[in-house]
Amino acid sequence: MSPSPGATRAAIEAVWRIESPRLIGGLARLVRDVALAEDLAHEALVTALERWPAEGVPANPGAWLMATARNRGLDQLRRRRLVDERHRELGLAAAGAPDAPDLEAAIDEDVGDDLLRLVLVACHPVLAAEARVALTLRLLGGLTTAEIARAFLVPEATVAQRIVRAKRTLTEARVPFEVPKGADLPARLSSVLEVIYLVFNEGYAATAGDDWMRPALCEDALRLGRILAGLVPGEAEVHGLVALMELHASRTRARVGPGGEPVLLADQDRARWDQLLVRRGSPRSRAPRRSPVRSGRTRSRPRSRRATRAPGAPARPTGRASSRSTTRSWR
Amino acid sequence: MRVMVVVKASKESEAGEMPSEQILADMGKFNEELVRAGVMLAGEGLHPSSKGKRVRFSGRQRTVIDGPFAETKELIAGFWLWQVRSMDEALEWLKRAPFDGGTEIELRPVFEAEDFGKEFTPELRAQEERLRAEIERQHPQHQ
Repeated sequence: MSPSPGATRAAIEAVWRIESPRLIGGLARLVRDVALAEDLAHEALVTALERWPAEGVPANPGAWLMATARNRGLDQLRRRRLVDERHRELGLAAAGAPDAPDLEAAIDEDVGDDLLRLVLVACHPVLAAEARVALTLRLLGGLTTAEIARAFLVPEATVAQRIVRAKRTLTEARVPFEVPKGADLPARLSSVLEVIYLVFNEGYAATAGDDWMRPALCEDALRLGRILAGLVPGEAEVHGLVALMELHASRTRARVGPGGEPVLLADQDRARWDQLLVRRGSPRSRAPRRSPVRSGRTRSRPRSRRATRAPGAPARPTGRASSRSTTRSWR
Repeated sequence: MRVMVVVKASKESEAGEMPSEQILADMGKFNEELVRAGVMLAGEGLHPSSKGKRVRFSGRQRTVIDGPFAETKELIAGFWLWQVRSMDEALEWLKRAPFDGGTEIELRPVFEAEDFGKEFTPELRAQEERLRAEIERQHPQHQ
């Protein structure tokens, strides 16, 4: 029995959410342009939407999407090379186009590096904060423009425009698709942490809409944080941020009363705290002290007063009701 | 949303047979992928039911039953807790798991805070209100 068209479509969307970051990262390394990489990936998605309902979802959908997108990318690069050659023959300067890289060799490099490059580009300081958030959720979180718009309660067209402009800015600024070396890396990572924290905060203490929490955004931020922690496991600050978010998120259930009204920390029913998140958050929050010291702007941030208060935390963060582990992380 | 992935027991798991090195390696790789994608929250494998116990409740009586338990297919051998955006995403992840040989794995969404909105019974609401009244006595400054 073949699945219904609706089921196939849902499967394609799920595949997209899982595969798109790797797909776009791999393609961006190939074509050295995140905007073009995303276009290529989307073209592959459109092809999948056309063909999979009839042919079925392939056994390895990620590889299928990659092969489809890569072939289009190679076509484009070849065309660009051809144009460059013509230009040279005509005595014109190659119009600033970078040399096409060694294509096949480029494809087999480490996927983790691609994702790291991708998130660093999406959070590049050349972009405005809103654009970084939208681009990160789209490129790394696999969210659609509509999902991002719903999450932030803004019109879809606004988000679409933010993303288009952001991609244009990246192309115009010729932001390289690479992991910066040396002292630049901590600074760039701190920009990524800010974006993740911004997403979390909007979920934890929403600035728009009637609900004062939007847990889905917290979950997205947590996932992004965990992905980043996997990409740069040696960066203490990333673990610190993930722990901070997990401890805050552990109280989500207890923060709202039956009528939707906020419940302050001291009044919260601790039995409703999510113990899994408390546990996950606790050892991690100690990890930075054990990890090799690395000077970075945000290293002390999760422990600073400003940061702990920011995500809607009550005025008395070390109140009676906080457990030992929570108080510890708040110091 | 969170999804619990329930791995059912098999004759082998109930016999306490350890998986082959190959299966362990494949499973390790799959787990690593889950962690890298920020999907995996927790996951554990369980000893066979011969090491388990059951308690049956009837009125005030509690009867302890020692394992093993007979209905192998209904027993569980392990679980994961995943953070995903949808059941479809969980399904897509599960399809990538290195299982074989007729194994059946079950996906069950975990109740989240928002799920309790409509199902919040009058009893629970009353309990909540008692709790709030108690809180008010303890911390009058917040009200």
